[in-house]
Amino acid sequence: MSTCVRIIVNGRAFEVPEGISVAAAIAHAGQPFRRALGGQRRFPLCGMGVCFECRARIDGAAHQQTCMVPVRAGMKVDTDD
Amino acid sequence: MSAHELIIVGAGIVGAACADVASAEGFKVTVVEPGPIGGGVTAAGMGHLVSMDAAPWELALTHYSLGLWESLHDLPGSEYSRCGTLWVARSDAEGAHIADKQARLAGAGIRAEVVDGAQLRQLEPELISGLAGGLLVPDEGVVYPPAVARAMIARACHRGATLERARVTAVGDHEVTLDSGQHLRGTVVVAAGCALPTLLPELPLRLRKGHLVITQRYPGTVRHQLVHLGYADSVHGNEASVAFNVQPRPTGQLLIGSSREYGRTDTEVSMPMVRRMLRHTFEFLPGVRRLNALRIWTGLRPASTDGRPYIGRVGARPGVWVAAGHEGLGVSTAPGTARLLVDQLLGHQPAIDMQPFDPMRMAA
Amino acid sequence: MTERYDVLVVGAGPAGLAAVRAAAGQGARVGLIDAQARAGGQVWRHDVRHGVPSLARRHLAAALESPRVDWLAATRVVAVEAGGLLVEDAQHARRLEYDALILATGARELLLPFPGWTLPGVTGAGGLQALSKQGWPLADRRVVVAGSGPLLLAVAATARRHGAQVLGIHEQAGRDAMLRFAGGLWRWPSRLVQAASLRTHLAGVPYRWGSVVVAAHGDDRLREIDIDGPRGRQRIECDHLAVGYGLVPEVRLARMLGCDLTPEGAHRRVTVGTRQGTSVANVYAAGEVCGIGGRDSAIVEGAIAGHAATGSTTGLAALERRRRGARRFAAHLSRHFALVARVRELAAPDTLVCRCEDVPLSALDDFDDGRAAKLATRCGMGACQGRICGAALAEMGRCSPHGERPPLFPVRLESLA
Repeated sequence: MSTCVRIIVNGRAFEVPEGISVAAAIAHAGQPFRRALGGQRRFPLCGMGVCFECRARIDGAAHQQTCMVPVRAGMKVDTDD
Repeated sequence: MSAHELIIVGAGIVGAACADVASAEGFKVTVVEPGPIGGGVTAAGMGHLVSMDAAPWELALTHYSLGLWESLHDLPGSEYSRCGTLWVARSDAEGAHIADKQARLAGAGIRAEVVDGAQLRQLEPELISGLAGGLLVPDEGVVYPPAVARAMIARACHRGATLERARVTAVGDHEVTLDSGQHLRGTVVVAAGCALPTLLPELPLRLRKGHLVITQRYPGTVRHQLVHLGYADSVHGNEASVAFNVQPRPTGQLLIGSSREYGRTDTEVSMPMVRRMLRHTFEFLPGVRRLNALRIWTGLRPASTDGRPYIGRVGARPGVWVAAGHEGLGVSTAPGTARLLVDQLLGHQPAIDMQPFDPMRMAA
Repeated sequence: MTERYDVLVVGAGPAGLAAVRAAAGQGARVGLIDAQARAGGQVWRHDVRHGVPSLARRHLAAALESPRVDWLAATRVVAVEAGGLLVEDAQHARRLEYDALILATGARELLLPFPGWTLPGVTGAGGLQALSKQGWPLADRRVVVAGSGPLLLAVAATARRHGAQVLGIHEQAGRDAMLRFAGGLWRWPSRLVQAASLRTHLAGVPYRWGSVVVAAHGDDRLREIDIDGPRGRQRIECDHLAVGYGLVPEVRLARMLGCDLTPEGAHRRVTVGTRQGTSVANVYAAGEVCGIGGRDSAIVEGAIAGHAATGSTTGLAALERRRRGARRFAAHLSRHFALVARVRELAAPDTLVCRCEDVPLSALDDFDDGRAAKLATRCGMGACQGRICGAALAEMGRCSPHGERPPLFPVRLESLA
């Protein structure tokens, strides 16, 4: 885990460890996850692609489960709906 | 054997509307429904409130009913959204019909605006370019029918109506028989949707299976409910067909229809039919290909054999009335159907000509 | 695009990998699908820092290195069509046809609602383990592990390995149940060794039984939790609460295929006969989906299914013996870690039960029918398709929404066309 990759989260660039999930990368970046219907912040719950709480827009595609996707250099992640 | 003033069989959107109107007119109403309120075809449909003008009876009934819908938007949970309807023409040949359609709607007092291809794309950027044009009917919208049915039943109960959780197995002279064997006596209104043939077999009914797909939330993708100008061909045809019809739900989800098949009574999802419906949708909205489908379901539209609902007295059966066979118009025409039927019960002059809907037209 | 396999295996955890190895070993052309980018399922999930245990490495290699095996990573089954499965990955959709299908779809965690459970910082127990292994920053974070099952110990050990400060492990099962469980372990010496080993890894971490998290507090994020235990109520400040109440078989694909299901507590497992056959011809099932049984049952059953799917009887008697032994341990486990009534009643009226659609428990009170509740409240209509709330409501003894229609997961519209 010594190599880092550069990704963009919510418009800002971050260096995160290679090989981690996008969800873990959002956490490394200190960025929040999405909001619920009622406006409250949410966060990954199941970590394994069941709950959809971790979903975010990845490279323009909405509703991606960030816990299921490994980071790639240059990836663009947006967590606010 | 118990005595009731008015027994309404079925708590779908039509039965619920009848209960609502009848109880407001002072009838002591008993609604009989075995399942969840609004749980039959009411739950399966798109909930669009649209004036349909393929025939004069259709325009009269839908227009009248949409007027009554205006006072129902605030019912709890209705999720009413006045998104407007945008009819879309693909070819110039189709486009040639737009002016006539506008004239027909205008004749009924319905505001409609002709738009050309460029305006179409301004109104709906996701529409494929090169469409001939369309017609915007801004005052129409969409609702969530199961909640409206629940709210109408609640209002009726507030006025003294009762809800019996039971299935009616037979309809007789001023009487219904329940699955428990119990008999209820009173004036009967059969609003039983797809169950009509089991109760009034003399009123021919065919079930028309339809598929629907709803997406995850993508707010702003589509702003109006979109319908192909050729939609009526699908309704009035006999083959299995699809017709472009996409609706923005207030949640931001896209609801995609429509398909019609005769001769299927199961509710299984047919992937070939879904495939056909989606491919047709992409011909109008190519960008939605990458959106995610969340649920797929089916519904069975109860269709009379001539396409017109049955609303009125069932002449050969004393004390029995019917409000059923609405095909895909049940939600749009529920309040109108209810008002017309109750007016008939009261001996008042209904607001529109009821001849097309006379159940006795089916008597050979 | 259509591909045909002799044997198609859904799920690349211990059961699926064992099935693949067995079937490929018999000369079959095998397809393996899993939604994860790497094989291993949950038990053998690749840890970004520590890789996988050597047992896992061996099984992974044995399964994936065969030229007869097509490993379709990050691929999901979305629908069942005549004689095949519609699957989707990030780019494409395809139809996979098969002579035999092996369902090794595993289990998901049972997550029960309680006040504050939606706060950022609250995860499943297996959830935190999965997040740790996928690289979640846990260094110096204060973690409490709670809920039920031996999984809690594994979770705590993993969190520690990733630098977390594990404040405690809180098992809801009572002291007597725990002592009976421990007392029976002599029958499975390897488990005793495993338990002892975990104990070493977790030296200094308090382990409490009869202990239940009743609430989580915080504003935008978890700040502290309330725990009810034999010593009364405690408030503990922490950064992460990893809480899970056991596992539920993931039977949706089986149900969509028409396989018979057997009740397992408040939930369902796939009914299998000898040789892991389901009620549907040419469809087999192995591992947790047939009932929660742990890694060892999964490996053995996967092997049996892989052989059965190719018509081979190699070593079947021995495999059957091992299977019975493994399942016996699983039964011992489930008996003693059974949930106490209290954990099903933690939710307050305003606690959200359906997280996707923000539906509180009180909204469901008027309904005795899952479908009616769904139509009226939207419970179960959200992104997770009723998976989280469905299992919770079933465990809580309430009606839960059922879904048997496609798609099995949210799927691109173009994949359906």
